[in-house]
Amino acid sequence: MSNIFEYAPAPESRAVVDIKPSYGLFINGEFVDGHGKAFKTVNPATEEVLAEVAEADDADVDEAVKAARRAYTRVWSRMSGAERAKYLYRIARIIQERGRELAVLESIDNGKPIKESRDVDIPVVAAHFFYYAGWADKLEHSGYGSTPLGVAGQVIPWNFPLLMLAWKIAPALACGNTVVLKPAETTPLTALLFAEICQQADLPPGVVNIVTGAGDTGRAIVSHPDVDKVAFTGSTEVGKAIARAVAGTDKKVTLELGGKAANIVFDDAPLDQAIEGIVNGIFFNQGHVCCAGSRLLVQESVADEVLERLKRRMSTLRMGDPLDKNTDVGAINSGEQLKRIRELSEVGDAEGAERWEVACDLPTKGFWFPPTLFTGVSQAHRIAREEIFGPVLSVLTFRTPSEAVEKANNTPFGLSAGVWTDKGSRILSMANRLRAGVVWANTFNKFDPTSPFGGYKESGYGREGGRHGLEAYLKGADS
Amino acid sequence: MSRIDVRKTYKLYIGGQFPRSESGRSYVVNDTKGRLLANAAQASRKDARDAVVAARAAFGGWSGRTAYNRAQVVYRIAEVLEGRREQFEAELRAAEGVSATKARTYVDAAIDRLVWYAGWADKITQVVGNANPVAGPFFNLSTPEPSGVIAVVAPRGALLGLVSVVAPLIVTGNTVVVIASQDNPLTAITLGEVMATSDLPGGVVNVLTGSQAEIAPWLASHMDVNGLDLTGVEDAALATDLEVAAADNLKRVRRPAPDTDWLLEPALDRMTRFMETKTVWHPIGV
Repeated sequence: MSNIFEYAPAPESRAVVDIKPSYGLFINGEFVDGHGKAFKTVNPATEEVLAEVAEADDADVDEAVKAARRAYTRVWSRMSGAERAKYLYRIARIIQERGRELAVLESIDNGKPIKESRDVDIPVVAAHFFYYAGWADKLEHSGYGSTPLGVAGQVIPWNFPLLMLAWKIAPALACGNTVVLKPAETTPLTALLFAEICQQADLPPGVVNIVTGAGDTGRAIVSHPDVDKVAFTGSTEVGKAIARAVAGTDKKVTLELGGKAANIVFDDAPLDQAIEGIVNGIFFNQGHVCCAGSRLLVQESVADEVLERLKRRMSTLRMGDPLDKNTDVGAINSGEQLKRIRELSEVGDAEGAERWEVACDLPTKGFWFPPTLFTGVSQAHRIAREEIFGPVLSVLTFRTPSEAVEKANNTPFGLSAGVWTDKGSRILSMANRLRAGVVWANTFNKFDPTSPFGGYKESGYGREGGRHGLEAYLKGADS
Repeated sequence: MSRIDVRKTYKLYIGGQFPRSESGRSYVVNDTKGRLLANAAQASRKDARDAVVAARAAFGGWSGRTAYNRAQVVYRIAEVLEGRREQFEAELRAAEGVSATKARTYVDAAIDRLVWYAGWADKITQVVGNANPVAGPFFNLSTPEPSGVIAVVAPRGALLGLVSVVAPLIVTGNTVVVIASQDNPLTAITLGEVMATSDLPGGVVNVLTGSQAEIAPWLASHMDVNGLDLTGVEDAALATDLEVAAADNLKRVRRPAPDTDWLLEPALDRMTRFMETKTVWHPIGV
C-alpha cells in the first residue's frame, strides 16, 4: 500500500554474521559429526538454504547425555556457586558484546524483524544469564534448597530460539545442573553460535551440549534414562506426549505449552494504548507467541470504535524484509507453519466469521501471511478455541465484567490474559478471576528475567523466570 | 441380657451429603482379626463423576473466600475432631488394630496437623509469593492460587494419612475428591461427618470408599480434574497408568510416596504442588 510517508529501505548488514556451510553437534565442548543425516535450515523470508545441520540420532543423544553426566559429576556440581556464577556472567557479557551478530543471525534464521531480535530478544537473553548468574551463589535463599537435579534435557521451539535457550540454560546452570539442549529444526543456528560462546567463555566441556534434529531427537532426549529433568516449550500436543513418556519415572518435568489468551478491553480503557497493546499482543513476532493475545474481547459499547482504530493502526504495519530496520511484521517461520495458519483461517471463513486483512503486496519468495482479523466470531468457532500461532486475531464482544471473565476462562488453556481499563479496582478483580499464569493489565507481552512465566491448566506446568524459575532445577523439600 | 449395639451405616460423602453408592454395591470391611466391622459403600465411576461435579461447583466459592475464613474453617475441623477423640481412637483400634497409645498418638497428630495447616491459609501467599523487580516502570507481583479440583488417592493411615493429604489442599483453596484407604475406609467417612459439621461447605471435600484400581482411573482421566495426588497408590504399574491418563489434560501430578512418616512436620510441597503462580503486570505512571 503506498502512502505519502513511504520509508526508504534500511537493511541491516549481514556482514557481521558468518554462516558456515555445515554444522555438527556440540558435545563435550566440541563440534562433532553426528551419526544421523544432515538437514537444511532455510531463511523463511527468501527460502534460501542457509546451512546444513546434523540430525542427532539416539547414539548421539546418548553421547551428549554421557558428556553432561561426566561434567555434572566431576566438575559442575562440585564447583562453588560463586564460580559457576562467574561463567554465567561471562556468557552474559559475551552475548552483549556479540549482540548485533546474534540479532542478525536470529532474524535470518527465524524470519522475525531485526528490530525485535535486536531490541527485545537479545537484550532479554543477556539479562537472563545476568539474573541467574546472581542466583548461583545464593540458592539457599531461594526457598527450594540448593541441591541440583543432575542432567537436564531441554527441548525448545522456533519462535524465540535464543530467548528460549536462555530461559532453559541459565537457571539450569545456575543451580548446578548440566544440560543437553535441542533447538527447533527450523531455527538451530543461534544455538550453535551460542555453543561457540560457551567455548569463548571457557565453560567446562560437557556442561552445555547442543544437539540438533527434529521430533525423534527430542524424543530420544526426553526418554533417555539418565536424564533427570525434562524442560519443554512447544505445542500442547507434544507436551502431553512428554507427560506420558515420563510417567512412572523419577524425572522432574516443566512444560510451557500453548495458549489462547484473551485481551479484554473495557469501555473506559485508554484506547490509544489499548490499540497498541492489541497490535503488540497478536502481531509481535508474526503472532508466533504462545502467550499472544489472540482473542480480543471488547466491550460492546466501544467495539465499533476499537475495530475502526485497530484496522487503521494495522494498515500502518510494515511487512517485509526481516533485516529491514523499519519492518514490523516479518516472515512466517516455515512453509509448514504457513500452511497451518492458512488452513485455520479458512476454517474461520467456513464457519462464518468475517475476515479482514491488511492490504499489502506480499513478497513472491518466502513464507508470508498478512496481519488478519476476524469479526463475528463466536465462542464455538475453531479460530476462537485453537491456537493459530500466526498473525490472526479473533474478535469477540462482551457486556459485563462477568461475561468477559467467563469467555476469557472458557478454554482449556490458561497461559496469559490482558485487561484494559482505567478502573483500578476492576483491574484487580479481573486479575483475580482470570485463570491464567500471567495477567498484563494496561500493557501486554512484557517479559523480564525476574518475572515468573508459565501457565494454568493445559498451558503446562512449572514457571520459568524469577525466583520461581529455580524450583524446576532444584531438588526442593518433598514430604 | 447385654445390650445390642446400634451399628453404623458407612456411606459415601459427596457434595456435603452421605449417599450410598449409586451402584448399590458395598464391600466387607473386617477388623484385623477378621471380624466384620461394616459393609462399606463401594463407589462406582458415576459416584466419582458426581464427586467431581460437586467439587467443581464448590471451587469458586471456596477459593474465593478469604484466607482468614478458610483458616477458621480448617481450625474448626480440628475443634470438632478434638471433641470426638475417643470415637476416633476406638475406630482406629478396631480397624487398624493399633494399641491405645498409638491410636491416641495418631488422633492427636491429626488434630495438630489440621491446626498447623489452618495457620498456613493466610501465610502461604506471603511465603511463596513475591514482588518482582522488573527492569522497567511496572508493578509486578507473583501470587499463588489453587489449581482447582484435585483427585487424591489417600495413603494407609485412615486418619492421619488422610488429614495429611487433604488439609494442605483445602487450606490453599482447592477442592478435593479423595479415595479413602481401601483397607481402612471407615474412619474416612467418620471424618467426613466431622467435616460436614465444621462449617466446611458441601463439595469442598468428597470422600469415596471402594476399589482404588476401579475408581482412580476415572478420576485420572477426568477432564474437569486439575490435579492428581497419587500418594496412596502402592501398585507401581497402576501409578504409572494413572500418571499417563493424567497427561490427557496435563493434570498436576504428585507421584506416590510409599515411605512417608506422617508424624513428621510436613514441608510446604503438599500445598505448593497444587497451586499455580499468577504474575500480574501493571504500568507505573501518572
